[in-house]
Amino acid sequence: MSLWKLNKCIFDKSKTVVSSKVPQPGSKLSLRRNQTEVQNPPIGQSFNKDSTIDAADVKFFSQRMKEWWNPNGEFRLLHSMNLIRVPFVRDGLVSATKKDLHPLRDKKILDVGCGGGILSEGLARLGAAVTGIDASKELIEIAEHHKHVDPKIAENKPKYIHSTVEDHAKSTSNFYDGIVASEVIEHVNNQELFVKSCVHALKPGGRIFFTTPNRTRWSQFFVIFFAENVLKTIPQGAHQYEKFITPNELTFLLERNNCHVELTYGVTLNPVTGQWDFSQFQHLMYAIQAVKLS
Amino acid sequence: MLSNSVKRLFVRQIKSSIRTTSVRSLSAADDVTILTKPSENIKGDYDVIIAGGGMVGCTLACAMAKDSILSNLKVLLLEGGPDKEYKWKPEYSNRVVALNQNTKALMTSLDVWKRVEKMRLQPVRYMQVWDASSDAMISFSSSELLDDDVAYIVENDILLHAVNTELTSTDNNVKIVYDAKIAGYQLPKQDNSTVKSYVQMSNGDTYTCQLLIGADGANSAVRRAMGVQYLSWNYDQMGVVATLNLAEEYTNTTAWQRWIPTGPIAILPLDSKRSSLVWSTWQDHAKQLLKLPEDQFVDALNDALWKQYPRSGSVETVTSFVSSWLRRAGLPDGAARQLPPSIRSISPNSRAAFPLAFGHSTRYIAPGVVLIGDAAHRVHPLAGQGVNLGFGDVADLTKFLSNAMYSGLDITHTDWMSKYESTRQRHNVPTQVMIEMLHRLYTVDLMPVVLARSVGVQITNALQPLKKMILSHAAT
Ligand SMILES: Cc1cc2nc3c(=O)[nH]c(=O)nc-3n(C[C@H](O)[C@H](O)[C@H](O)COP(=O)(O)OP(=O)(O)OC[C@H]3O[C@@H](n4cnc5c(N)ncnc54)[C@H](O)[C@@H]3O)c2cc1C
Ligand SMILES: C[S@@+](CC[C@H](N)C(=O)[O-])C[C@H]1O[C@@H](n2cnc3c(N)ncnc32)[C@H](O)[C@@H]1O
Repeated sequence: MSLWKLNKCIFDKSKTVVSSKVPQPGSKLSLRRNQTEVQNPPIGQSFNKDSTIDAADVKFFSQRMKEWWNPNGEFRLLHSMNLIRVPFVRDGLVSATKKDLHPLRDKKILDVGCGGGILSEGLARLGAAVTGIDASKELIEIAEHHKHVDPKIAENKPKYIHSTVEDHAKSTSNFYDGIVASEVIEHVNNQELFVKSCVHALKPGGRIFFTTPNRTRWSQFFVIFFAENVLKTIPQGAHQYEKFITPNELTFLLERNNCHVELTYGVTLNPVTGQWDFSQFQHLMYAIQAVKLS
Repeated sequence: MLSNSVKRLFVRQIKSSIRTTSVRSLSAADDVTILTKPSENIKGDYDVIIAGGGMVGCTLACAMAKDSILSNLKVLLLEGGPDKEYKWKPEYSNRVVALNQNTKALMTSLDVWKRVEKMRLQPVRYMQVWDASSDAMISFSSSELLDDDVAYIVENDILLHAVNTELTSTDNNVKIVYDAKIAGYQLPKQDNSTVKSYVQMSNGDTYTCQLLIGADGANSAVRRAMGVQYLSWNYDQMGVVATLNLAEEYTNTTAWQRWIPTGPIAILPLDSKRSSLVWSTWQDHAKQLLKLPEDQFVDALNDALWKQYPRSGSVETVTSFVSSWLRRAGLPDGAARQLPPSIRSISPNSRAAFPLAFGHSTRYIAPGVVLIGDAAHRVHPLAGQGVNLGFGDVADLTKFLSNAMYSGLDITHTDWMSKYESTRQRHNVPTQVMIEMLHRLYTVDLMPVVLARSVGVQITNALQPLKKMILSHAAT
């Protein structure tokens, strides 16, 4: 719930950045929600030079933090999704001939839209040098705070930066072995620029991974209508059907940006066991892996 | 005859009335207690503690030393018994197990199998099971059903020694403590990877660990500390074991099992002149058998193997009808049978008896705790499955835990633990039920029961695909 609220406000903030910089491309991929005309100072506004701690805010975020990192709390679906997406990224980056504890050692990974760092830490546990970026200053703080908690990553803490991918990519062209954007692209404005910037930061031969809802009647019903109006686990308006992207559209965007799509899996949640699985069924959610061509 | 068996069935029903122990009620009477306050004298902290160094516990330790991921874990193996020095002897031990192909595959992957082969084992290529109360018999032969042997007979000592030698042949992540008298456990109450299990030794030492594995046999104290439901009953039967000298020398690769009204008698091949006996029978009878002078014991055994038991006329009529019907259909009618060996003598002092029971733990896992081997499940030895189920636990546990760690999960993560539990129970429970059904079916000599099982066996024996299915389940 609060995830979605946060996202929404974050989304609204970052949108100003993205949309103010990029002209919208083809109609299908563009944002259909009222295009924001807000011309507030972009992301930089939330950097507060004079740090005066607001006790109420601190409390609010410590509560949020507890929630974000509670494996049985509001974000449990992101936690349990690690069970499939961490191996997905791992197997995309290394082939398991001799398995060891840190298969992603020496791999530089950018986690775009890292939120509180659930996936970043999961990847860091496998030895990857993870950089997490997010448009939300608050969530970056949560992630920054939590990275000291798990002793398993004490030697390999992710680096978190409050930034957008288009900004970050400027200084990191052809840099990362892997780029991950899990449950993010459905929240961004200008998906074309988003993909382009991600690919820009990726080394030739590197892999890029997305997970996101599909845009189908199925996802419209289950992800939006059912979750928002029936289960009320998501506040109304958190997701917009128009912003969902189909595997074909995402494939098209990737291939247009010099990538070759290697894998597309359906991602389904077993309602009884609460476990995520890869499957043939791509109508609800899906995962995509692509390689950057040289 | 009839009234006798009815009586026996009835009496057994009372005696073997199902016991479900929810263990806390028992714990006061037990030697191993559930600690409320562990001593602060922490001797060592480990990732994994394996309680019990029997065949299953040692094999798990060995598997954890060999796996490229699990070898990163700090493992402690606690065995209550002494570090017995093994000396190879020309005489066979009276404790043997029949190992199936899956166990062989596991042991091969751990480099243990070649050590066993170097010491001593006997392949089983043919298995014949026949019923004393009718003409029905079933046979399994490796040449017609599998490309490989049906099973291997290995002495418990040799297997354990081979596993331990392999385990200690290299410097690794496993520390073994013998004569480790465990006095009690304190287990984490809920799922939280920061809470440890405490293992308190009777000498006051305490060890802590994240993952505690109960491999401490049928009377598992770890299982009691978990407080899970344990479904168990006694058969009021014992398994009388002995090493047998055969009357004639021959290529001894057949496992024999004869069902007489008191229970199954199994004769497992050891070499060309010797076999191993597991004679399951009622407790009082077993005790009598142990007391008999050795030559009289041999007479009693030969008698049990060869004796014609009184048969029901109607069963005879039906089974011979089924035979002729099978013959006409061109299927094996079970008449082509081998004759069981005659026993000349037993190796001096090789007799012993072990209680037989059924046991099923409804849960194999609790937060931070896992059960394997006889601690989780106990079966009648009639199908020679007991330790094979335990080795299956080892194979699955190492696979799931290794995969979990390869995905960056904690070693007590519920995801792999529940996968372990459901996978193993899905295999072990049906096997246990099948063995239990066989046992019940065969320890009764009521005419309709004998009739049903005889015809069932005749038809099963005639159908190769069905036999193949049975064997392949028994092998996994
Ligand atoms: C007569 C008979 C014939 C059998 N034949 C076959 C066969 O042909 N094929 C087959 O597969 N199976 C057979 N079995 C079953 C087989 O023997 C068992 O399944 C097997 O021994 C179980 O191994 P385990 O390691 O789980 O338990 P166990 O062998 O019971 O080992 C438990 C270990 O834990 C230790 N321990 C217990 N409590 C403590 C404590 N508190 N502190 C420290 N250490 C402790 C014990 O010292 C022991 O070493 C037979 C069993 C019997 C009785
Ligand atoms: C549903 S969360 C996913 C969090 C994380 N990837 C995970 O799976 O655990 C979406 C995240 O994307 C971030 N986000 C949204 N738009 C973004 C943008 N344009 N650039 C960077 N991050 C963005 C939000 O702040 C939010 O943390």
